[in-house]
Amino acid sequence: MVTVLNQNTTTVARSTTWYGSALRGVVLALAFVFFVAPLYAGSKFSLQNNAGAFSFSSLGDLTKAQGFSASFLLSTELTIVTMIGVLFLVVPTVIFIHLRVPSLTRALEVVSLMPIVFPPIIIVLGFMHEAPGALLVWPYHLAPMYLVLTLPFVVRSIESGLSALDVRTLVDAARSLGSSFFVILRRVLLPNLSSALIASSALVIAFVYSEYTMAQFQQRPTLPVWIAQFAMSSGHISTAAAMVSLLGAWVLLSVVLLIDLARTTLRTKRSESA
Amino acid sequence: MNSVSGASVSLDSLQHSYAGVKALDNFTLHVAPGELVALLGPSGCGKTTALRAVAGFLTPDSGRVVVGDTDVTSLPSQKRDMGMVFQSYSLFPNLSVRDNVEFGLRLRRVKSASRRSRSHELLEMVGLADQAVKYPHQLSGGQQQRVALARALAVEPQVLLLDEPLSALDAKVRSELREQIQALQKRLSMTTIFVTHDQEEALSIADRVVVMNKGKAEQISTPQELYSQPATTFVAEFVGVSSRYRCERSGATVQIFGRSVPIRNADTQTTGQVHALLRPEDVVVTASDSGVARVLRSSFLGSSVRLEVETPHGIIRADVPASQVVSAGSMVELSYRSENVLIATLDESKELRAL
Amino acid sequence: MGAGALGRRLRRYTLNALVLAPFVLIVSYFLFYPILKVVELAFQDHQGHFTTANMVAITKNPYRLAFSTSLKISLYATVIPGVLGFVLAYILSGIKNPIVSRLVLAGKGVLANFGGVNLVFIFVAAYGSTGYLTQWMGDLGWNPWNHGFNLFTFSGIVLIYSYFQVPLMVLIMTPALAALRPQWREAAHILGANAFTYWRRIGLPVLAPALIGALTLLFGSAFSAYATAEALTSGSIPIVPIFIGNFLDGNVVAGQENVGYALGVGMMLILVVLAIVYAWAYRRSSRWLRS
Repeated sequence: MVTVLNQNTTTVARSTTWYGSALRGVVLALAFVFFVAPLYAGSKFSLQNNAGAFSFSSLGDLTKAQGFSASFLLSTELTIVTMIGVLFLVVPTVIFIHLRVPSLTRALEVVSLMPIVFPPIIIVLGFMHEAPGALLVWPYHLAPMYLVLTLPFVVRSIESGLSALDVRTLVDAARSLGSSFFVILRRVLLPNLSSALIASSALVIAFVYSEYTMAQFQQRPTLPVWIAQFAMSSGHISTAAAMVSLLGAWVLLSVVLLIDLARTTLRTKRSESA
Repeated sequence: MNSVSGASVSLDSLQHSYAGVKALDNFTLHVAPGELVALLGPSGCGKTTALRAVAGFLTPDSGRVVVGDTDVTSLPSQKRDMGMVFQSYSLFPNLSVRDNVEFGLRLRRVKSASRRSRSHELLEMVGLADQAVKYPHQLSGGQQQRVALARALAVEPQVLLLDEPLSALDAKVRSELREQIQALQKRLSMTTIFVTHDQEEALSIADRVVVMNKGKAEQISTPQELYSQPATTFVAEFVGVSSRYRCERSGATVQIFGRSVPIRNADTQTTGQVHALLRPEDVVVTASDSGVARVLRSSFLGSSVRLEVETPHGIIRADVPASQVVSAGSMVELSYRSENVLIATLDESKELRAL
Repeated sequence: MGAGALGRRLRRYTLNALVLAPFVLIVSYFLFYPILKVVELAFQDHQGHFTTANMVAITKNPYRLAFSTSLKISLYATVIPGVLGFVLAYILSGIKNPIVSRLVLAGKGVLANFGGVNLVFIFVAAYGSTGYLTQWMGDLGWNPWNHGFNLFTFSGIVLIYSYFQVPLMVLIMTPALAALRPQWREAAHILGANAFTYWRRIGLPVLAPALIGALTLLFGSAFSAYATAEALTSGSIPIVPIFIGNFLDGNVVAGQENVGYALGVGMMLILVVLAIVYAWAYRRSSRWLRS
């Protein structure tokens, strides 16, 4: 049955008229321009010095700009702490609920969607009154907030990875063959979840490096906050920083997709030659 | 119930390739009005491609599709006045069963009252009149296919196309629906093309069967002829069961179990080792202590018993009546009872084994 | 059930509770707590006494203007990208080349996550009054700034929001479009329907719940965006998140110290309604597209 469905019947004949194709082409071209133009403009502006001539000076000055390295460092540290929280707290919790307490899955899903209904501006509003001086002592107090804000995609990603595998059966099979819980975790769960883990990690990283709202009101000079403030000194340098940030996120997500692509093709090649 | 008569369908020298693979290789077929023709073959043989060319979902690279007197090769499917039942999931999920069946009628501006009575009539024909207001996701697979059939027939098409309609169903439902389709088709005398990879299906309901392989028609005959007189080794192995028996060929005969048997597809006169293809029902088994053949296994099939017998020239499957008691491990003697035999060269057999 | 079984059950419950505790604690303190705090403080005045004055205040100007502007922007920044995104998703779903479709997928995912401060900078470089794109269009004869466009007000916000809303729409609608089985289209054709009829009778009705769900997500996303609007307009555009931001910065009018919280409650109410619509749409669409 699978074989019949694979070739002929999956793609329906699109309108093959010439004007249909031309229209599609035009729309795609316009979309392409729309999305690429600002990136082009951004890079062009970044690669200019104050006199308007082409130069890499903005990039060089960026690293020396006052406050840049400190803010970049802070963002990086926050990312690391958030990632630790995500990998060692959120992911195990999701797995645990899926395996041991499946009745709570619904509640977990609701919780993970709440940051969409209650956006950062609301959450930071709720914290202002508290002005948790006690909390502000810890330099990374933004990390748990970020952890909560990334729940929507992390939980959804891991959950779908788990249900796609029928983890329950795998674990039971491993259990019946005699392995302990940790071995199961290492040998069965993690390899199969790796693509979901990698993808959601990339999103978390991209998120932390670009989160502005909470950092600004909590008065933490992360990278985006610095970029916004520095704009008053030099538009070129700020724009350069913004471009670097955007391209960094792009590279990160592309790398993730490439890794995923490489692994799946490797897997199919290996099974074909077997 | 007005009886419908179908139109004739001709596929002339259809050629079609995609992704570098030849899906149809000079494929020609003429279907008479009211005939049920089955396209049978393994996946990738081109049967679905041929059907889709008739339906209008693809335009072949070359060749013609003619329905009745009209060349429809480049006519879009909307205008071809055909009915089609797909393998699965073809009912419109947002419409009730009745609305699904009435869909084609509604497009043709049939008035509401006559639409209703026609859809009721058809649903009665397929036995689902009481499910008219249900939605597709509330029905079982077999019921969905019956609705799909009613929907296709509602517009009184000239030709009915069936693309593996039973493959996704359970065995029991499959045979019931198969009979229903056959009965309906006979009653309406509708020209029907039925695609399947299940030979039992094809042989049981078709007037003629086209066995396809790699885009070509290997043989086009009635089911009986196909089974008893397979024209090529592919057909012999695909339709029914054949066992391979290594033997010496001398001219136009081979030696099977000590008897000289004429070769059916003798096109060239050569000598050498070949494989004779033996049908289980043509092999007679007699218990004999001096026999050189040993029974490996016996499977009870109800009215007969299938034996797997080991001989120095290959493992042979033989059917014996259930009353004849032959136990595994016993020694037997075999003889061949048909008048001629199909042979395959050793190379051909290797290729077929890979299927 | 004997005492032994009961004891085991209790033990399992406590074990589960222990494992889940850290997660629950973090979520409670960093998610539930601030939300509840906002609701609580919306109904309190400066001294902590109960009052509904804040909630009443937000129904009047200037807060009323903030809500209507927010809703208006969200509407434009949902419908326009929604339609464009849908069309784009449809076109992209017809691409068969696997390399291209993989690249497109990567692009969509990245673009949908762009936003905030960084995006503003490159938009200023492109569409500002002296931006490259503005100049290029001016050279071609139609400078948008001369025709009512202003990057730093309403039209600019809709434009910049579209940059991440369109990919978001494409991302959401692509799986829904993929779930439209080709057999439906083919069956419709063979029964005599043309493309228009197919979409009208089958395609769009089946997609409707998914579309509604996608549009609610887009609306919520546009409504609650803060960073982009603030960076672009320096807080000058009258929308709810900006007003809340002003409030957080300490720009409060005496006697209306807690109105910011009421604004938050108003915002949450709108988003909750959207969430309910989304939940309905999600359930409806999965029922049809699954069968």
